[in-house]
Amino acid sequence: MPRIDPFSLLIASIFTSNVLLSYFLGMCSFISISKDLKSSNGLGMAVTLVMTITTAANWIVEKYIIQVWNLSYLRYILYIIVIAAVVQMLEMIIDRVSPALYISLGIFLPLITVNCAILGVALFMQLRNYSLIQSIFYGFGSGLGWWLAIVLLAAIRKRIENAPIPAGLKGVGITLITIGLMAMAFMGFAGMLPVQ
Amino acid sequence: MDFLAPLIVSSLGAGLALMISIVDAIVNNYGEVEININKGKKRLKVKGGSPLLQTLAAQNIFVPSACGGRGSCGVCKVRIFSDVGPYLPTELPHLSKEEMASNVRLSCQIKVKKDLQIELPEELFKAQRFKGIVESIKDLTYDIKEIRIRLVEPDSIDFLAGQYIQLVIPPYGKVEQSVQRAYSISSPPSDSGHIELVIRLVPGGIATTYVFNHMKEGEIVEFVGPFGEFYMRNTKADMIMIAGGSGMAPIKSIILDMIDRKIKDRNVWFFFGARSKRDLFYVELFRTIEKDWDRFHFIPALSNPNPEDDWTGELGLITEVVDRYLMSKISKENEKEAYLCGSPGMINASIQVLQKHGINKIYYDKFA
Ligand SMILES: Cc1cc2nc3c(=O)[nH]c(=O)nc-3n(C[C@H](O)[C@H](O)[C@H](O)COP(=O)(O)OP(=O)(O)OC[C@H]3O[C@@H](n4cnc5c(N)ncnc54)[C@H](O)[C@@H]3O)c2cc1C
Ligand code: FES
Repeated sequence: MPRIDPFSLLIASIFTSNVLLSYFLGMCSFISISKDLKSSNGLGMAVTLVMTITTAANWIVEKYIIQVWNLSYLRYILYIIVIAAVVQMLEMIIDRVSPALYISLGIFLPLITVNCAILGVALFMQLRNYSLIQSIFYGFGSGLGWWLAIVLLAAIRKRIENAPIPAGLKGVGITLITIGLMAMAFMGFAGMLPVQ
Repeated sequence: MDFLAPLIVSSLGAGLALMISIVDAIVNNYGEVEININKGKKRLKVKGGSPLLQTLAAQNIFVPSACGGRGSCGVCKVRIFSDVGPYLPTELPHLSKEEMASNVRLSCQIKVKKDLQIELPEELFKAQRFKGIVESIKDLTYDIKEIRIRLVEPDSIDFLAGQYIQLVIPPYGKVEQSVQRAYSISSPPSDSGHIELVIRLVPGGIATTYVFNHMKEGEIVEFVGPFGEFYMRNTKADMIMIAGGSGMAPIKSIILDMIDRKIKDRNVWFFFGARSKRDLFYVELFRTIEKDWDRFHFIPALSNPNPEDDWTGELGLITEVVDRYLMSKISKENEKEAYLCGSPGMINASIQVLQKHGINKIYYDKFA
């Protein structure tokens, strides 16, 4: 278990090792949803919620099933089953508790099941041998980082909507370039708080 | 040890599935709720959790729906006075500002979670499920068929001329789910043991492809109904009727009904629009009616006749023909009502023409 206190881990996963901007995980929804600020917020919220819960759930599966039975070759399958099940249950609970939130999340919630950032974070958690508390902070922080990144991107895209962009670069082209620049900016944080 | 792996994966899966079922049982259990219809006219005790459309159907109240609850047709509108949350993105495209202001919602999109106060047209209480036998299938034109159905269970139907039913199309070929589509009844209410439909083939359409390629004489079909606000109003006003294609159906029913009920003191102009002669049908029938009902005028018009059609009747788009008649041939004195039926394009264009001539009582069914 690395000796890094959970709070530093939280800050690090938001800024210095942002899942999106330093590992480029969860790109497809990042690009397609960031057209619109409101949906970006909805998706960011959903990712944060699901990431926190699934990282913890997968930590338990890792510790009490995979390691006990020596099943590391089944890790991906087991993690994905857990993620899918958690998303299912969350959907039902949110629909009951807060229909308004359920509606604003709309199609995003079920789509998160196949968001690779969620699986990525769970795998990093395992690779780096985090404790349960660390995993929860790491999952939560990574979610917040993902949320921050998509909201930033949505804001930038809104701003450059009417900019004179060469025809061939419009849409996804300029978005990818923007993401590259954002990633470079985030690289500036990298040395401040290394997490491994 | 290897045999353990599948066992563990399945147990984990089973465990999670069990958890999902438990969460489902707890979270989606809304218990018994009451649906109060039309301020207490009817109170239903139902199990919560399903969409309102299906919940009502299970109680034999059939709110019309053309898409079967997918939120794409916008037909299943119901007024709901209880708070059921904000409008869903799936509802917005089908509702106008006025409808939203008066609490109209799509019943297939609203889940019944607590006691509800709703308002339905009284006529929906009369709608029921029917079983019938396809007695005959006739070609009226190359793309329009007349279907005659003999009712079996119940063996008669009580409806207002102009209303429609929802035909149930069973799964066939690649279509895996049963669907329902609206079709106007073309026979008069006096023929209460039968209904006739006039159906135009929509290329690639689920229901019409079934009717054209799979439906057989002798087959048992189901439908629900009757529905609709498109029926003759009991006034003395002159009637301007405009139809195109299968829009013929409800108008034919209304005219036959007027003859049955001996309402011959109203002036009726029936404009029927078609492209060329091969799109015309029932012409003989209406010519015969014209002969012994002097206030009834049948005006078929072709917009694009073929040379071999030898057409001497009215020419042009049906809206242009209506415009000409209203300008010169139809007396301006009497009050007028208009009855339109057919494609949305034709109806919208006709409404403009009618309003130009100061006709504001316009009733219509858009076939979409
Ligand atoms: C109140 C009411 C009464 C109706 N009465 C009749 C009637 O008496 N006779 C009759 O033939 N039809 C009538 N219709 C239309 C009918 O309900 C169906 O919409 C139509 O037959 C197409 O059904 P489908 O399942 O074959 O096509 P679908 O599988 O529903 O549609 C296939 C495709 O065709 C498009 N489409 C749907 N309808 C039409 C259309 N009319 N013209 C062109 N494209 C279309 C759809 O957008 C879709 O892309 C009525 C509709 C309403 C609402
Ligand atoms: S049934 Fe078609 S929109 Fe509700």
